Amino acid sequence: MATLSSDSRPIIGRGPSLGARFFFLALISVGIMVLDHRQGALDSVRQWLLSSVYPVFRVVDVPFNAWDWVGSSFADRSRLREQSGKLAGELRVANLRLQRLESLTQENRQLRDLRSASTGIADRSLVAEILRVDLDPFRHRVLINKGANASVYKGQAVLAADGVFGQVDRAGLGAAQVILITDSEHATPVQVNRNGLRTIAVGTGEIAKLTLPFLTVDSDVKVGDLLITSGLGGIFPAGYPVAEITKVERDAAETFAIVEAKPLAKLDRDREVLLIWSEPVPSLDSAPPATTKPTP
Amino acid sequence: MMHESRGGFGRVLATAVLALILTIVPVPTPIGWLRPDWLLLVVIYWSLATPRIAGLLFAWLCGMVIDVVSGTVLGEHALAFLLVGFLTHRLQLRMRIFPIWQQAFVVLLMLLIYQFLIFWIDGMTGQAVMIWRRWIPAIAGAAIWPLITSVMDTLNRRFSR
Repeated sequence: MATLSSDSRPIIGRGPSLGARFFFLALISVGIMVLDHRQGALDSVRQWLLSSVYPVFRVVDVPFNAWDWVGSSFADRSRLREQSGKLAGELRVANLRLQRLESLTQENRQLRDLRSASTGIADRSLVAEILRVDLDPFRHRVLINKGANASVYKGQAVLAADGVFGQVDRAGLGAAQVILITDSEHATPVQVNRNGLRTIAVGTGEIAKLTLPFLTVDSDVKVGDLLITSGLGGIFPAGYPVAEITKVERDAAETFAIVEAKPLAKLDRDREVLLIWSEPVPSLDSAPPATTKPTP
Repeated sequence: MMHESRGGFGRVLATAVLALILTIVPVPTPIGWLRPDWLLLVVIYWSLATPRIAGLLFAWLCGMVIDVVSGTVLGEHALAFLLVGFLTHRLQLRMRIFPIWQQAFVVLLMLLIYQFLIFWIDGMTGQAVMIWRRWIPAIAGAAIWPLITSVMDTLNRRFSR
């Protein structure tokens, strides 16, 4: 070390000793951890803290945005034409589907009313952009540029273009942290689209893999089956595609089959996601809160 | 020598912010696994170089920032940073006269203790990520330690005039 400055404070008036200060701060840390973990009492504090760190996130994100802008302003003509042709084609197909959607939605709503079903339908949506920052290499979380200011709330469903993306874990004022469906702390209530078999898809910590640990050996599931949200748990509205089964291993000696699935959303490549506000659910007062996180 | 505590404080803060930026700047996945705990290394450096400015509270606050940024339970990284800060302060007078490789070895031990504590608290509050990759940042941090000290020492000498 070049700068050798030892503790040159006067002996009197130094304040508490190193050990005492360590003990004191450690005690505070443990207290905060217990509060934050057990009761979630610090949500508003965290919201405020996240907002105060936001400028740093922005600083990291800006150069990448600028680079994108430069790239798109110098895109050559043939590529743009090709792109616009492709988009026009996609739009045509989407419009065709959309024509039926309105009437189907109406019909669906009536049917649900008849059944007084407890699963809401997506009502309002908002596009949010993922900031290009790495939060934690071992967890699948991203930061989006919409927060409590845009009435984003904790536990809100987040969708990508091709399927379910995740849910809002912590909402700051102008930003929110989203936990991906592949995070090892996340579980998604799903059902097999082919036969309505309900189960839970648990994240593995790998970006292209979910596991379905609660399917018995004789359950009717096969490779290629589409998994959609079941709407149970009250977080994800029912019927959105989640993943496709990639592996089913049955060992007759075991109770449960080994089933793996691949998420449909491009979790590591999407830059824009949709935040969903569901219709108020009629009778969920008595139901337990969402089961999206296994309680420790 | 660092008598100007105000200028020193500015430097500490600037490097801490820089380390935070390095912590969250996106890099391709395989390189991301190598990413050392920049902010913790900065905390260790300043705890050795200017223990009066970078005290335990500084270490604790830096850990708190990491908690907020990475979305873990509040206080988790704060406690781990605090422990490393405490150890550094205790060993400070000895560590400063160590040859650089020996210093790097002590830093490695501290980073491993840090990772273990995080792993442990993770396990208590939720689900710990049990992959061997999680120990790489500690090794990477120790490997880069000589570089960090030489760069920071140089900057320090230039700006402390």
